[in-house]
Amino acid sequence: MGLLSKKDAKLITDPLADNNPITIQVLGICSALAITAQLKASIVMAVSVMAVLGIGNVVISLMRNIIPSKIRIIVQLVVVAALVIIVDQVLKAFSYELSKTLSVFVGLIITNCIIMGRFEAFALGNGPWRSFLDGIGNALGYGVILVIVGFFRELLGSGTLLGFKVLGDPIEKTGLYAIGYENNGFMLLSPMALIVVGIIIWVQRSRNKDLIED
Amino acid sequence: MSLKNNLHNLKEKYKGKKIAPLFNGFHTFLYLPNETTHGGTHIKAADDLKRTMNTVIMALIPCLIFGMFNAGYQHHVAIGEISKVSGGFFSSEFWTLANLGVGALKILPLVIVSYVVGLAIEFIFCIIKGHEIEEGYLVTGMLVPLIVPVDLPLWMLAVAVAFGVVIGKEVFGGTGMNILNPALTIRAFLFFAYPTWMSGDKVWVHGAVERAQEIAGGANVDVISGETILGSLAQSNGAGYSVADMFFGFIPGSVGETSTLLILLGGLFLIFTKIGSWRIMLSSVVGALVMGLIFNGVVSSGWITESSKFYGLMSTEFWHHLLIGGFAFGTVFMATDPVTASQTNKGKWIYGFLVGFISILIRVFNPAYPEGVMLAILLMNVFAPTIDHYVVQGNVKKRMKRLKVKTA
Repeated sequence: MGLLSKKDAKLITDPLADNNPITIQVLGICSALAITAQLKASIVMAVSVMAVLGIGNVVISLMRNIIPSKIRIIVQLVVVAALVIIVDQVLKAFSYELSKTLSVFVGLIITNCIIMGRFEAFALGNGPWRSFLDGIGNALGYGVILVIVGFFRELLGSGTLLGFKVLGDPIEKTGLYAIGYENNGFMLLSPMALIVVGIIIWVQRSRNKDLIED
Repeated sequence: MSLKNNLHNLKEKYKGKKIAPLFNGFHTFLYLPNETTHGGTHIKAADDLKRTMNTVIMALIPCLIFGMFNAGYQHHVAIGEISKVSGGFFSSEFWTLANLGVGALKILPLVIVSYVVGLAIEFIFCIIKGHEIEEGYLVTGMLVPLIVPVDLPLWMLAVAVAFGVVIGKEVFGGTGMNILNPALTIRAFLFFAYPTWMSGDKVWVHGAVERAQEIAGGANVDVISGETILGSLAQSNGAGYSVADMFFGFIPGSVGETSTLLILLGGLFLIFTKIGSWRIMLSSVVGALVMGLIFNGVVSSGWITESSKFYGLMSTEFWHHLLIGGFAFGTVFMATDPVTASQTNKGKWIYGFLVGFISILIRVFNPAYPEGVMLAILLMNVFAPTIDHYVVQGNVKKRMKRLKVKTA
């Protein structure tokens, strides 16, 4: 990689696979269950978290030497809260429908464990550039899982992808529906998201035995 | 050369290979294994896992056969070809070849799909993991077709069986390790995934769905309404069937769960052979009766009126709850599953009581989930280890106290 040194590149690639925030550290599950019934919502959520985590990590990293350690959690919360409000307002301004779908879960990015986790674990001890990469990397790792879960849940649950009827029309009985296929309503319920995440974890750990804890 | 020798030779040939469990499984399924234990002490017990499973299947066979007759009977009554039964359990209107023919044609495919998909997955997992094949699916495979509506599309059953066996059982480590009853996991999956095929008034009688489509297409025929008793009670329409019908099972419902009489016989058979736990069966009946009595009490003390949406089910006489819906079947064949139920005797009383209690609670308070017994058993499956833990801890404490008294 020309742009990034090998060490920096690892900050991005690690969370995508062997140190994934959702499947390995099991953080941020709550939003992964709540908003992944549609692929579009998953993507927007992933991008929102990426914006908050990327910028937040930089801000915290810049302030890391002047934050008194006793009140660092409060400072971190203020930073996240400010960023989340900005993201929320942007969503409301430019795609109101979607922000209604995501409803409270944009606001709940504040409590997403991944964000506070990265602030604490990385941004407080590293420079702004590396913190930025780390934030983007972890948000990507989070986003990848969200998109995979959203893909399967929307495809099997509603028969659509990003709103396009890829499997045919269930009411007019075209495509797959003509031969008796029906959407799986269970996919739209949150427990199924947990099961899909579980299956991803299962696949990942059986491909890489090092990840299995005793 | 006989099949047995053939199998034996195949077994020897593939010994140590990945595919070996496949032949071993077939061999022990069909014949007695020809290996004997070498060395020391032996305990010879006739009731190995295979015998246990076969006993349960034997107890289920009457329900299956009755289910076939009933599916045909409900269909023929609904389209007006025959009249309702009049002469008790051995009514000539019911036990006809025409009824059996229609029912068998619908139900045998369900049985076959359930076994083929379930056993295929079980075999694949055994080969991957290098385990011997266990007989765990034999009973599940028979239970599943008995607890689904007769008109369920076969591919849905296949998807649900695949889900239930993989997520409900194999991820926990296979037979004997599962937390939830696999047959109920499969039913719960179907229930939440394809609710239009699992509840309502169109799925319980064969032909109702097609008839509804014909009507939608403009045909001038009568609607087939196959409302279950629970469904019409929930709408305060009264049961619509006599108590004898409910007890003998001449009512619409899932394939094998309608005949309380045959389930009772199956249950007695399980108790007699010591396969099923009488503690669980008895205590869950008591639990259901207690909950039913509470609801009857609420109605008779005038706390709710006929305008309440719970009135229909609450005012149902408490012992009718044992006869309608899947309660009897769930109690006898599902709640007693030795893997997922409580293991301790005291635990079994608590577990069974709560299964019955919660079944009727869900049934009455949530008409959207008329089959409360399914959810109640799954819920109690989750709590069974906790119940056992506290029973064991209580026993430990009691003994510690005794020990202290003695030593002091």
